[in-house]
Amino acid sequence: MKPYAFDYLAAGSAQEAVALLAQLGGDARILAGGQSLMAVLNMRLAQPSALVDISATADLNYVRVESGHLIVGAAATQASVEWRAGLAGEVPLLALAIPSISHFQIRNRGTVCGSVAHADPSAELPLVLTALDGEVVLRNKKSRRSLKAREFFRGMLTTARQPDELVEEVRFPLARPGQRVAFLEFAARHGDFAIASAAAVGHGRLIRLAVGGVADRPIVREWEGLDESVIDDALNEFAWDLQAQDDHHASARFRRHLVRRLGKKAIKAVQAKEA
Amino acid sequence: MSQLKKGQTHKVTLTLNGSVRSGDCEARTLLSDFLRHELGVTGTHVGCEHGVCGACTVQIDGVAQRSCLTLAVQVEGRRVDTVEGLSGPEDGLSGLQAAFRRNHALQCGFCTAGILMSCEDYLRRKPDPSAAEVREMLSGHLCRCTGYTNIVKAVLETAAERRAAVSS
Repeated sequence: MKPYAFDYLAAGSAQEAVALLAQLGGDARILAGGQSLMAVLNMRLAQPSALVDISATADLNYVRVESGHLIVGAAATQASVEWRAGLAGEVPLLALAIPSISHFQIRNRGTVCGSVAHADPSAELPLVLTALDGEVVLRNKKSRRSLKAREFFRGMLTTARQPDELVEEVRFPLARPGQRVAFLEFAARHGDFAIASAAAVGHGRLIRLAVGGVADRPIVREWEGLDESVIDDALNEFAWDLQAQDDHHASARFRRHLVRRLGKKAIKAVQAKEA
Repeated sequence: MSQLKKGQTHKVTLTLNGSVRSGDCEARTLLSDFLRHELGVTGTHVGCEHGVCGACTVQIDGVAQRSCLTLAVQVEGRRVDTVEGLSGPEDGLSGLQAAFRRNHALQCGFCTAGILMSCEDYLRRKPDPSAAEVREMLSGHLCRCTGYTNIVKAVLETAAERRAAVSS
């Protein structure tokens, strides 16, 4: 398997990357870690005319804590977040979810922003960003805009990003005192695409549950308190609202079952920590 | 900014296992093919060519990565290490390689080169891993001969040997 021929442009800076996108038009693709894109190119499922490589773009390679967020630049790898000493205190949900992203070797090269930009409905990082109500910063040659995760993800592999825009950074809100989180995933083997995944965030009596791998994007639902008497009905309703589809990995029925089971376990976990 | 046009060949220079090497390739040439076909270094194996099997894993600037999901032009000026670099011509097997042999951690050997490159990176970062952590790291490699158990044993044994060497 060899990719179809393309022009290759290595961007020396973020500004150069967005200038190249403006100049090349919609047929150019950003190459960051390439852990999804290169596979797609090798199989010739995509044949872009040009690749703009930002993997070695120094001013996009950063992970920092600023104004209540963990901010991850477009060239920062998943490993650079995973191996951060303070991650479990900063964004504990990321610390729980990152080990389920594919494998050690893939996380070494794959980027956080690349996974968000790719918007696979079963991917962990879009799920975490949605569960935490995080933000995506999009930049083109002229301006920047910031979108909430729920505004950014539009459907299967589809986002609000315009062809001339770069996902410049993503912002994960830092854990607040008293916040409790849980992450659960069901996959055929460790590291495989999730058949369904659940991320729960509890704060006071408020519970947010995000589900991945079932709808065409991660979907979140919030409840104010969720007592034992109503939890099963609430999750059953959520499971049906996600409009799961049958595919060769799992039936819609099985996915609804997983939403009810994983959802309940995740919610119980964040409730249990309350006591 | 460097700009490479489709269809043209470009010269790539890298430090391969400590020696400066160069070769010609197109922008679309995968690092795995560049190593094997252009530089003639065939210890790195090519399996699935979409990042799943792990056979082609090499280290780029010391970090274990898939060479089939990397373009050769992306390693311009970088350090690439492959299985050929683990043992010197006179040194014999490296400690990790010897542990693989002792524990029967390979049979056909197709997957082994990639696994060794992953393990070396992992053990540098995590000198005292648990068996579960080693299994998690190995989940990025497919081996159809061993059943993995002996690979886990070899990696844990090597980690223990290295810790003992550091503390003595």
